[in-house]
Amino acid sequence: MLWITCPTCGERPITEFRFGGELPHVPDRITDDAERNLDWVWMHDNVDGVTTERWFHAAGCRRWLTLRRDTRTDRVVA
Amino acid sequence: MNEFVETLLDLPWHEPKNSYDVVVIGAGGHGLATAYYLATRHGITDVAVVEANYIGSGNSGRNTTIIRANYGIAESVRFYQHSLELYRSLEEETGCWIMHSTKGLLWLAHTESGMRAERARSLLNQACGAETVMVTPEEAKRICPQLDLSGGGRYPVLGASYHPGAATARHDRVVWAYAQGAMRRGVHILQHTPVTGLLRDGERVVGVQTDGGPIAAGIVMSAVGGRVTTIAAMADVRLPIRTHPLQALVTNAYAPGFGGIVSDSELLCYVSQTARGQMLMGAEFDSQPSYSMASSFEFLQSVASKVTHILPFLRDLRVLRQWTGICDISPDYSPIMGATGVDGLLVTTGWGTWGFKAIPAGGEAMAELIATGRTPSLIESFGLDRFARDYAMADQGSAGTR
Repeated sequence: MLWITCPTCGERPITEFRFGGELPHVPDRITDDAERNLDWVWMHDNVDGVTTERWFHAAGCRRWLTLRRDTRTDRVVA
Repeated sequence: MNEFVETLLDLPWHEPKNSYDVVVIGAGGHGLATAYYLATRHGITDVAVVEANYIGSGNSGRNTTIIRANYGIAESVRFYQHSLELYRSLEEETGCWIMHSTKGLLWLAHTESGMRAERARSLLNQACGAETVMVTPEEAKRICPQLDLSGGGRYPVLGASYHPGAATARHDRVVWAYAQGAMRRGVHILQHTPVTGLLRDGERVVGVQTDGGPIAAGIVMSAVGGRVTTIAAMADVRLPIRTHPLQALVTNAYAPGFGGIVSDSELLCYVSQTARGQMLMGAEFDSQPSYSMASSFEFLQSVASKVTHILPFLRDLRVLRQWTGICDISPDYSPIMGATGVDGLLVTTGWGTWGFKAIPAGGEAMAELIATGRTPSLIESFGLDRFARDYAMADQGSAGTR
């Protein structure tokens, strides 16, 4: 099981959390405002490797946290 | 792999060339079906299908093999109904036994709002050419005598929509039927050839870079499952895809003749029986995007508690095998097919948890697009540009997962 360290509650199982999505990131090469907006709303980096993302501790302190996770191994990394 | 694949297929393997009219990335169901229909319907045989691993090694070999068309938006119902019909005649067309079996699918409802959703689905399906009818709990019990209509006391069955055309087929046989049909007509399949980059001429994509060297192509199509975002990024194409693991399991064998396929949109799980008698079941995909194919105990626990509410006999069976595939979930739970905005690169992705049933129609439509340069009307609503047009094809309720 994936365990997540919550700043408030300590190390807790993933089942207590709700996934909140990767931090939106629009590539610099997209310069048109409308295209940047489209990318911000819909597109994902969907990183194959270490990604930075938001999680919500739904069954705990009910606060948001940011963590880095390796999507190849499904482990939280520092 | 099974004995059928090992012994009955006699395939002409080809030496790779360094240039093709069409290069398809990914030798799964969608990639091979596209190559097959290019060869059979359009006479285009200068085609290579490049595959990082072996044929059908991705989700084509990991899915739960359900074929159905009871979707919730008109465009999807027409598309999947066409696919269901192509599946029906696939054995005759390819000459391969794919173990196709029409079983019917019950989609249980446990609440008034669930019943309303199933009624709406039935009416829409009928209007769009798919057969789906509402049945009472007693009729559902006749179709599947193993059902507990009280839902373990917690999920009483108020009714169900019944989709008699729903079927299953042996997934690796489908993949190999297309592979065989394509190869016999001259299509090259290059296994263990990972694509490491796309060749560009200005903006245009003109081929793929592989471990074995560059391969030039008139047109490149990505039929990749899992790492499609990586492939698209090689051409600076951005996709609205998140890749999530989806797990499934089979139990030991149960007496053959389990009635149809049982699905449940409130418990979000589905159960069918394989030709060997094993009970095959699945549920929701994992909440976090991941490329890890690890199976989890939480999934086992969650699917077991769900399915035993509606089918109590399952609690006496043992889990034989549990596995994971990684599926590309689009934001509106509909596939993404067609142009990418970059010349020379087409994509068929966003197949999430609903890709197997779409293999024939998806392959046929993509082949027509490659051959004629025109997007067939059957898939024109499923283009990547729909997000820019604010025209999402939202149909999460029909995916049977979330």
